[in-house]
Amino acid sequence: MVTVKDYAESIPITWCPGCGNFAILQALRKALVDLAIEPHQILFVSGIGQAPKLPHYTQGNIFDGLHGRTLPAATGAKIANHELIVLGIDGDGGAYGEGIGHLLATMRRNVNITYMAHNNQVYGLTKGQASPTSDTGFVTRTTPLGASQSLNPLALALSSDVSFLARGFAGDVEHLSGLLKMGIEHRGFALIDILQPCVSFNHRNTFQWYRERVYKLEEQGYDPGDKTAAFAKAQEWGDRIPIGLIYRKERPVYEEQLPALKEMALVKQKIDPLQFEALLDEFM
Amino acid sequence: MAIDFNIMAGGEAGQGVQSVGMILAKIMANGGLHIFADQDYENRVRGGHNFFRIRVSDREVLALSEKLDVLVALNKETIDLHRNKVKSNGVIIFDQEQTKVDAQGEIYFNVPLGRLAEEKVKNKLMTNTVAVGAAIGLCGYDFDPLAVVLRKEFARHGEKIVEDNVVAAKAGFDFALEYGAQKLSQKIKPISGNNKRMLLHGNEALALGAMVGGCKFIAGYPMTPATPILEYLADKGRNFNVVAVHVEDEIAAINMSIGAAYAGVRAMVATSGGGFCLMVEGLALAGITETPVVVVLGQRPGPATGMPTRTEQGELWFALHSGHGEFPRAVLAPATAEEAFYAMIKAFNMAEKYQTPVIVLTDHHLATSYTTVDRFDLKQVSIDRGELLSDEEAGKLTDYKRHLVTDSGISPRALPGQGKALVVTDSDEHDEAGHMIEDGETRNQQNLKRLRKQEGLKSEITSPELHRMPDAEFTLIGWGSTYGAIREAADLLKGDGVATNILHISEIWPFPAESVASVLNNGAKSVVIESNATAQMAQLIRRETGHEIDATILKFDGRPFYAEEIVDRLKKEVT
Repeated sequence: MVTVKDYAESIPITWCPGCGNFAILQALRKALVDLAIEPHQILFVSGIGQAPKLPHYTQGNIFDGLHGRTLPAATGAKIANHELIVLGIDGDGGAYGEGIGHLLATMRRNVNITYMAHNNQVYGLTKGQASPTSDTGFVTRTTPLGASQSLNPLALALSSDVSFLARGFAGDVEHLSGLLKMGIEHRGFALIDILQPCVSFNHRNTFQWYRERVYKLEEQGYDPGDKTAAFAKAQEWGDRIPIGLIYRKERPVYEEQLPALKEMALVKQKIDPLQFEALLDEFM
Repeated sequence: MAIDFNIMAGGEAGQGVQSVGMILAKIMANGGLHIFADQDYENRVRGGHNFFRIRVSDREVLALSEKLDVLVALNKETIDLHRNKVKSNGVIIFDQEQTKVDAQGEIYFNVPLGRLAEEKVKNKLMTNTVAVGAAIGLCGYDFDPLAVVLRKEFARHGEKIVEDNVVAAKAGFDFALEYGAQKLSQKIKPISGNNKRMLLHGNEALALGAMVGGCKFIAGYPMTPATPILEYLADKGRNFNVVAVHVEDEIAAINMSIGAAYAGVRAMVATSGGGFCLMVEGLALAGITETPVVVVLGQRPGPATGMPTRTEQGELWFALHSGHGEFPRAVLAPATAEEAFYAMIKAFNMAEKYQTPVIVLTDHHLATSYTTVDRFDLKQVSIDRGELLSDEEAGKLTDYKRHLVTDSGISPRALPGQGKALVVTDSDEHDEAGHMIEDGETRNQQNLKRLRKQEGLKSEITSPELHRMPDAEFTLIGWGSTYGAIREAADLLKGDGVATNILHISEIWPFPAESVASVLNNGAKSVVIESNATAQMAQLIRRETGHEIDATILKFDGRPFYAEEIVDRLKKEVT
């Protein structure tokens, strides 16, 4: 039986004491144990930042690649071996800054990947610069005049017809763990935006600030199948911030439509040069 | 008498110039003749000036020739631009009614192409088919082989279109026999015995080589001249379980292919210089994560967008030095379509054996030129996946180290999900287990381990092709697609009493320094011939061998070298 011990860290953790990432890691471990997934079944794909270090602090196969390029690498790996459970992990810089184009493309394709965006609204690893989701006007060393209009990842995801969209909060491990489980079990691409206070560089959006504002959609009789309602919830920010399952829709999964994967995983298929004689005939 | 015949079809985009050229080339290739053909087109979809050139011979042909025996002019501009290339005993097929050319002289052969198409099949669009028929008739070739090709080419358009095309072609053919039979002294005849060959362009050879070499995955973004590789794998790959993904950009392409390769399939990308610029961070990622990936880099003139539909060899140094940091790689630069096919298979074998990126460097000229080649021998193809563990071996692993330090630098490779062993790698410097580290000693061990693979890669490099002549005055040195023009230039020079050696470097990195050095300083003057402005190969030879090259012949106007041009410039510029 899989237990939390199977998901112990591989190397010492270097996050700041009190970092929201600890709670996210705890929620993820719980979700994986609850789903009885073994570490070798998982492929973590991550980029660069504090959040993308997470795979090294637990157990699984890991492809820790370039900043912002998590989703293309995850997509390639998923197509090559669709039997792997692929989890993408990035911060708001990788997910919504450097990698925003890939996020849009991957949501459109609807590859079966669960993508965790640890959204602390600031760049941690490079020590405190504005991120795409920083509050508008957020003053940092790279934005002395204030950050530009804040990006709304939820509305963006909905406009790309994302098939699973949730928002969790690092301050509620149990709730977040439930969302992660749903995301992993979802057939298709799942974006889980995680509100994650940064104790070192974001003194505005703190645990306390969030606790006073977040509320759970499932306690409100909310219908996650209603896209118009989802767009409305995606606009809500400030005094009240919704968390929970924002939107879910079944639609065709990219790799399930590939004829090449019908019989077995691509990686299990043998290479046979002799099968191509008929192609040579076409040039004769 | 030996056949060596040059035909050009020209017109504006949309007139079916490509179709005329391909049909002519196929007819003659079916007749056992050797073909070298290329298309010259502009960066537009309609209008402009396009032409398709075919050289046909009863011997192997490696390059184009500038002088024309037949010019099929579908518009006036074709005549204006190419008339001076037509030999004095050559012929220009044109339509007086359409072009309103003031055609004086024996070389003009007025064929009412448009009127025949209108009268015989009531379809002006088949004007180009009438022209094919006229050209075939003029060359003294039989009509039946033409009908065979037309039926095959147009079969998917239905019976009516097929038969109308045959009728249109016959009209042109009959007209040529009746009014132009004596116009050409040289005639083209099929070779008896009929040794049929494949007719394909470089990109098709690369794509075929990739599939035969076990490529299971390509991700790409269209960019001339590499687009047909992605298209071929997307189309033909469907029947062979190859996955082709048209991605959002080249950054996605390389990262996706690296992800697929990490998970265990042979994966590639194909692009041009601009796209490769976007990929180079990914190339370094493949280097440090020791992920095998094959990159086809189809050069065209730069910088930036440059001349998208033209040719150049300006990215040799880019291919050698692309990517930040230091990591091993191989760069192969096939000279011909045949070499391109085998280079792809070798590239995948090298990439997997040494767990590092391999670049196949081509250019627009090689990518788009058609040649006849002997049918590829699939029985000769061997697949070497290096130290990839079997499922059984991987299944036994408990404590797996993806980046185990070894003497060869090659670590036994397990795949994620193959067994219980966890496969961990990182774009950060990492320890043997793949986890990120910061200590200097581990860094040194890993960096040196990776770089040791360069020695193994070097042992895989085939020495450059060398043709020696006794008392050679010059050693002509080339790489990549200039091969044909250089070989033919050497033949022309021999005819003029000038003996030359030829050294052609098709596998460039790790550089075969010893074999190149052994050919230099042997009394013959060394002349590097390459399609760029800065003599990149000449500089590389100096850097790697210490030998100074005596002279260079450089061309960078976007057009390929011609043999005659090399001969002229050698005589004028190299003394």
